Amino acid sequence: MSSYHLDHLQYLETEAIHVLREVAAEFERPAILFSGGKDSICILRLAEKAFRPSEIPMPFLNVETGHEFPELIQFRDRRAKQLGARLIVRTVDEAFAKGLAAPTPGQISRNQLQIPVLLGAIEEFRFDCCIGGARRDEEKARAKERFFSFRDAFGQWDPKNQRPEIWNLYNARLNQGENMRVFPLSNWTEMDVWEYIQREKLEVPTIYFSHTRECFRRGGQWLPVPTVHTDIIKPDPYAGARPKPNEAVKSLVVRVRTIADMISTGMIESLAESVDDIIAEVAAARVTERGTRADDKASEAAMEDRKKAGYF
Amino acid sequence: MPHSQHPIELLRFNTCGSVDDGKSTLIGRLLYDSKSIMEDQMEALERSADITGGGQINLANLTDGLRAEREQGITIDVAYRYFATPRRKFIVADTPGHVQYTRNMVTGASTANLSIVLVDARQGVIEQSRRHTYIASLLRIPHLVIAVNKMDLVDWSEDRFREIREEFESFLPLLDIKDVKFIPMSALNGDNVVEPSSRTPWYAGPTLLGHLESVHIASDWNLHGFRLPVQWVNRPNNPRDPKLHDFRGVSGQIAGGVVKAGQKIVILPSGHRSTVKEIWTYDGPLQEAFCPQSVTLVLEHDIDISRGDMLIGSENLPGMNADLRARVCWMGQRPLQCGKKYLLKHTTQTVQAVVTCLGNRISMDNFAADPAATELAMNDIGEIRFRAAKPLIFDGYANNRMTGAFILIEQGSHHTLAAGMLLPPTELVKAEYEDFTI
Repeated sequence: MSSYHLDHLQYLETEAIHVLREVAAEFERPAILFSGGKDSICILRLAEKAFRPSEIPMPFLNVETGHEFPELIQFRDRRAKQLGARLIVRTVDEAFAKGLAAPTPGQISRNQLQIPVLLGAIEEFRFDCCIGGARRDEEKARAKERFFSFRDAFGQWDPKNQRPEIWNLYNARLNQGENMRVFPLSNWTEMDVWEYIQREKLEVPTIYFSHTRECFRRGGQWLPVPTVHTDIIKPDPYAGARPKPNEAVKSLVVRVRTIADMISTGMIESLAESVDDIIAEVAAARVTERGTRADDKASEAAMEDRKKAGYF
Repeated sequence: MPHSQHPIELLRFNTCGSVDDGKSTLIGRLLYDSKSIMEDQMEALERSADITGGGQINLANLTDGLRAEREQGITIDVAYRYFATPRRKFIVADTPGHVQYTRNMVTGASTANLSIVLVDARQGVIEQSRRHTYIASLLRIPHLVIAVNKMDLVDWSEDRFREIREEFESFLPLLDIKDVKFIPMSALNGDNVVEPSSRTPWYAGPTLLGHLESVHIASDWNLHGFRLPVQWVNRPNNPRDPKLHDFRGVSGQIAGGVVKAGQKIVILPSGHRSTVKEIWTYDGPLQEAFCPQSVTLVLEHDIDISRGDMLIGSENLPGMNADLRARVCWMGQRPLQCGKKYLLKHTTQTVQAVVTCLGNRISMDNFAADPAATELAMNDIGEIRFRAAKPLIFDGYANNRMTGAFILIEQGSHHTLAAGMLLPPTELVKAEYEDFTI
């Protein structure tokens, strides 16, 4: 019977495909959150495996802070087009204009502001389910997350009162206005994601590979120097995220390990030029992936608080 | 190196035990000693140690991620952890000890290959130890480890270890667990967790990690009797591509057995027969596929098939009945009573079901069944008979964990109320299918 055996990636793959098909069958209007990042790249390949030769039966949704790395946006658009999918983009700036969200004084990061934008998009398109690439190994609050994570009519997560999730029998039932977040990669680790990218020969944005970039030191991290602002009418969106005179700019050979936006992403010094190199680097890493995320360092329970408010 | 060319096996286990038996500490110790804790996690631990631990690092803070958990020093919900050694990858479900969180223990244990029940060496076997051992048996987890923890607090007494072991052995024969291992340890100090302890010269067995790395997990999956619950019908309906226009596939995760291209199959409940024309996958057609692979089958005949139907082979036939018996672990706030209607999700179909009869509530003191019981309260385990609005195609849970399991959902609130395990069918699919010769 030894030939009827799945290795760990094949096991994680079949588990995720099963989850994706449950979503397609149980929900009326699901969407896939696709940022162009490595985890959502894997989600798209799994969706191809779940649904081909049919079209992937759900649109892609991305919430932009307005501070995105341009190479990520280009990659996102190109990949969605290759797959023949409908890509819906909603931005924090539009939400400001519509009054859905208001800028927080003194706060440069718009990470928090993605919450009302996401909830706005869910309402606009009446999505009853959003598929995300979050993994339990990323962060302590996520370690408690179900595959099918129930959100009430306010988009809130109640970690003390989650539905028991037994075997692979997912309870997808909702009442009007309620919403489900589904995480097919729940059981994947950062290493699994890279090994899957390697096995499937998936293209990832160039920013994951080492390149030379202007960076400055802040909060114990190397932050990228934002794109030059040339518009003389609009205010600089990166005001406050530019190096101060006492923060020396250095040209470094870096890459990203996890991507938020330009303001929240710490760069790591790395010579990894290929997926193989990255896998070797991750194997030897002594810091977690989200150790380079400024948004998680706000407090011990930063992620828990954001999730309760409706974050992915 | 973890990245050798050998396929790496995945072992899923859960830890359970009573409050303060040291479950979270044990997982923290496994992660720490197997070098799976990163520097920033260590820094965060040190920070929280300064605040709450009087300077002592608390390994439990690695898994107790919610604020309320750290405040109360308990585990509320299942926390999943991941680590790897060169030999295996591990998914750990750290499941809560409080009685009111038994439902989370069932959640964490339902997908496990192995359960670790922690016992405080000072306390010995308590009701929670019995309950968790019973649940592990009820859920048919193939391997059990009894981790006799806090041995440092009983002076590493071999007599104490034996006493606890004998107490377990007095009731294990009443259960369905084949493989049980007893390991004396101190999770706090790391003895016999990853490194063998010099303080237990009387113990010749493996360390916990040694056991986790070597326990034989030959297929947990049922490979006898092909079952494919139809999850999604794949119809591209693509007018631009004539080849795709007529494509019609049946997608799902194989829940039992093996299927081969060219094989004859039966669709239940309709009883229609067909042949597998192709096992379609994104990576190209397969000659055969097996449980738990996710596939899309193209059949020879254009038959009406929809989600909730089951494709089966000719051997090891399932049961098909609307009147069924099952063991349930009740998780609802309001008790389970006769005559109540619920939604029942079994494989890929959800149907209404009414509980027609209830009894045999299990006592956790002696595992005796109380036939006079009239209701099941939260965390009770008992037996029910129910009638489903349409027949289920099923196997006994002991035979097949995928086709023998179901959940009950409350209508209206949609809370998940119960984990159910079907008893074996009293009769197999037959009668109308007499010409079922394949």
